[in-house]
Amino acid sequence: MAVEFELNGEAVSLDIDPTMPLLWAIRDMAGLTGTKYACGKALCGSCNVHIDGQPVRSCAVPASVAAGRKITTIEGLSEEGSHPVQVAWRKLNVAQCGYCQSGQIMSAVALLERIPNPTDEDIDAAMSGNICRCGTYTRIREAIHLAAEDQS
Amino acid sequence: MSGVRKINRREFLKRTGQASGGLVFALTFGSACQPDSQAVGPAAKATASVAPNVYVNVRNDGIVEIYCHRSEMGQGIRTSLPQVIADEMEADWDKIEVIQAVGHEKYGDQNTDGSTSIRQHFDLLRNAGATAREMMIAAAAATWSVPAEECAAREHAVHHEASGRSIGYGDLVEAATDMPQPESATFKAREDYRYIGKSMDTIDGMAFTTGAGMYGIDTVLPDMLYASIERCPAFGGTAKSYDEAAARAVAGVVDVIRMPEPTSPPLFNVQGGVAILASNTWSAEQARKKLGVVWDRGANAAFNSDSYKDKLIASSSAPGTTVLTRGDADVDADHLVDATYYAPFLSQAPMEPPAATARINEDGSCEVWACTQDPQSARNTVAGTLGLEKEQVTVNVTLLGGGFGRKSKPDFIAEAAWLARETGRPVKVTWTREDDIRHGYQHSVSAQYFRAGMDADDKTVSWLHRTSFPSIASTFAPGVTGPSGFELDLGLLDAPWHVPNMRVETCEATAHVRIGWLRSVCNVFHAFGSCSFVDELAKTKGRDSKEHLLEMIGPPREIDPADDGGKYSNYGQDLEKHPVDTGRLSAVVEKVTEMAGWGRQLPDGHGLGVAVHRSFLAYVGAVAEVSVDENGKLVVHEIWSCIDAGTVVNPDRVHAQLEGAAIFGMSIAMHGELTAKDGAIVQGNFDTYPVIRMNEAPAAIHTHIMESDAPPGGVGEPGVPPIAPAIVNAYFAASGVRVRELPLRNAGLT
Repeated sequence: MAVEFELNGEAVSLDIDPTMPLLWAIRDMAGLTGTKYACGKALCGSCNVHIDGQPVRSCAVPASVAAGRKITTIEGLSEEGSHPVQVAWRKLNVAQCGYCQSGQIMSAVALLERIPNPTDEDIDAAMSGNICRCGTYTRIREAIHLAAEDQS
Repeated sequence: MSGVRKINRREFLKRTGQASGGLVFALTFGSACQPDSQAVGPAAKATASVAPNVYVNVRNDGIVEIYCHRSEMGQGIRTSLPQVIADEMEADWDKIEVIQAVGHEKYGDQNTDGSTSIRQHFDLLRNAGATAREMMIAAAAATWSVPAEECAAREHAVHHEASGRSIGYGDLVEAATDMPQPESATFKAREDYRYIGKSMDTIDGMAFTTGAGMYGIDTVLPDMLYASIERCPAFGGTAKSYDEAAARAVAGVVDVIRMPEPTSPPLFNVQGGVAILASNTWSAEQARKKLGVVWDRGANAAFNSDSYKDKLIASSSAPGTTVLTRGDADVDADHLVDATYYAPFLSQAPMEPPAATARINEDGSCEVWACTQDPQSARNTVAGTLGLEKEQVTVNVTLLGGGFGRKSKPDFIAEAAWLARETGRPVKVTWTREDDIRHGYQHSVSAQYFRAGMDADDKTVSWLHRTSFPSIASTFAPGVTGPSGFELDLGLLDAPWHVPNMRVETCEATAHVRIGWLRSVCNVFHAFGSCSFVDELAKTKGRDSKEHLLEMIGPPREIDPADDGGKYSNYGQDLEKHPVDTGRLSAVVEKVTEMAGWGRQLPDGHGLGVAVHRSFLAYVGAVAEVSVDENGKLVVHEIWSCIDAGTVVNPDRVHAQLEGAAIFGMSIAMHGELTAKDGAIVQGNFDTYPVIRMNEAPAAIHTHIMESDAPPGGVGEPGVPPIAPAIVNAYFAASGVRVRELPLRNAGLT
């Protein structure tokens, strides 16, 4: 059956099993590969996207949850990587392998929308669902503070 | 949502400009770097180019293409490798284009492993740049009919000072076309470096922050099938029966195929199992659950890590094979201290699981796209699996979502290639996280026995170190019963301790899982054992840990394990060029303890611990500050890490590697453990195989790079080994409790 939603501002209709996790609908069916698989069980945050502005682990929600809603993936976050969070990430060379960073950035954007000037404790609380095996955590903290400054 | 026009996937891709990422990737990273093809980038306006060597191609639009023959897995090699070539070539940073090389022997060694990219290739890369520079100079000299000696290359152009003439590199392509390729050239002086030694921004920064980076898991080819493979829980077992009809009944499933049976030894071969091929990843994974495979678990069905642990400890408690001896380690001592250390199996667990895509072309050749650390090994393995000549196999290297040693084993690439041929369609194999944790190439479990003898003045006069672990060699050869070959290099034979009597022994251990390697390999447990035991000695003597550590290292000197009968290969490098220099080891201890404020007054419940280790030709000292409360809550507040890696190319990436190594080492210290029951790995995902998260990360990781003009050492791995012992030693300082087994969570700490 068809699941219809808005993906990065574009109306889409995917002919899929509605129980298919949104992650695979986005990656395999809609062809946007910036959203990453890493655990499949909502344990690591690599697959974070926004549904109506709220961060969601797309590996753990069925595509049917997206029906009629606005989905934003890393590809739709900004034109040419211009979001202050993306800019801060590049300024501090946060990424190592880069694989988890789509999810990290989507979590950080949601955090800053909720708390424009987060403390380290706020950051730890909001970002601990996102695993980075390369270990970029201290730079992520710094980049979130930098993005908060740049936004204000 | 009424009024939404139904679109199919291909149409969607076209409209959103996302036309199947894999294809775009194949064009920019793959086809553009076919062996011997004229390399032209996607936006090139060039009509001609000239290649001074396999690493450099100068286009007549002025762009210098640099072929990165090493794999990018987070260490930043796609930035630092071009830094070296561009610097020597006098190419401008904003006029280069980095192209990922396919697997081909013309590039020399491509195995991105052992922290070798800079330390083994620095001169090769400098030569690639310097000879390209000389070729440009020769072309300009010929154009002007002046002696080459009167010309100089600077800022992407050749200049003739006497006449004031200049020609840009792009305009020299035609003149250079018939020039011979120079084989060697003079290197620039260190003070003239423009890029080497500078912190350059990561060239993939935009790709990393916009989702545009293409990893092994991201490849998409037309008509491609998505595969997921159910494998036997115990290594080496085979499927007795399974319900193919039930799997086929899942919507989207196209085929169910039994994989070739596992081999012994396993090598990099496919390891059996049942593959589901479907129109998408999810369908393939769902259908796996319907297979209900009944397994014959095979030769390792009785393997149990609890009883294996007892066996290893018993093995290390009895004399083994002596691999190094100095004086008499059994010499009479005033008193002895001994201890046994144990560390478990580990999984590399890169965030991107193994994933590869393969296509069989009409002429029978095979092309793959994969997150491989070793494209030449992948090429050979695919050729062997399909019975092809390696010339018939093209391996395109994607970005790697972490590697840590896992992705230097191309078994998953062989799976994709084999399935592509069986189905006659392109196939992407994606491992689940559970597949990765359970069916990988595990880092060895180990038991080590240490005994030190002290004289009446508490000076250490003898040192015995026995190590027992299943060897990596068991993955490649039958009948391997213990540590061997290069494993003895890894923190065993090069013990820096200034002790007159020393003996090192290896003890028996047989493998029951596929043994592989993980970031810093045996150095992980050898440094954990050695640096913890040295700290134990300090405490029994009532000495300050740092002062005692420096005393154990002793005066500055160069150690050659061969003097004591050790067969030491020094990470493949000459001891003359890269000595085991205890002076450099002591210097990083002095520096890192100074950074950490060693000796300062600490808050109640806090402790500082120090450790130091040389690996991959680099020296790293680490200090951890921890606290523990009455509930066993262990907090790592800060980590200090100091490296002497000789000459460094990109200091920012070196700092980043130390920061990452601190977190990786913390995961090993706090959480990392695989266990096995009835031959099967028990853990499966980040809930049962936890790694450090943001809320556990230290408030700060302070890093320092020692100024040095020594030849470059490794960077990716050497930061890891001293972290776990620094934390264990800090925990002792905070609590008075010595932990001799990893991970610390098994000691009731959270």
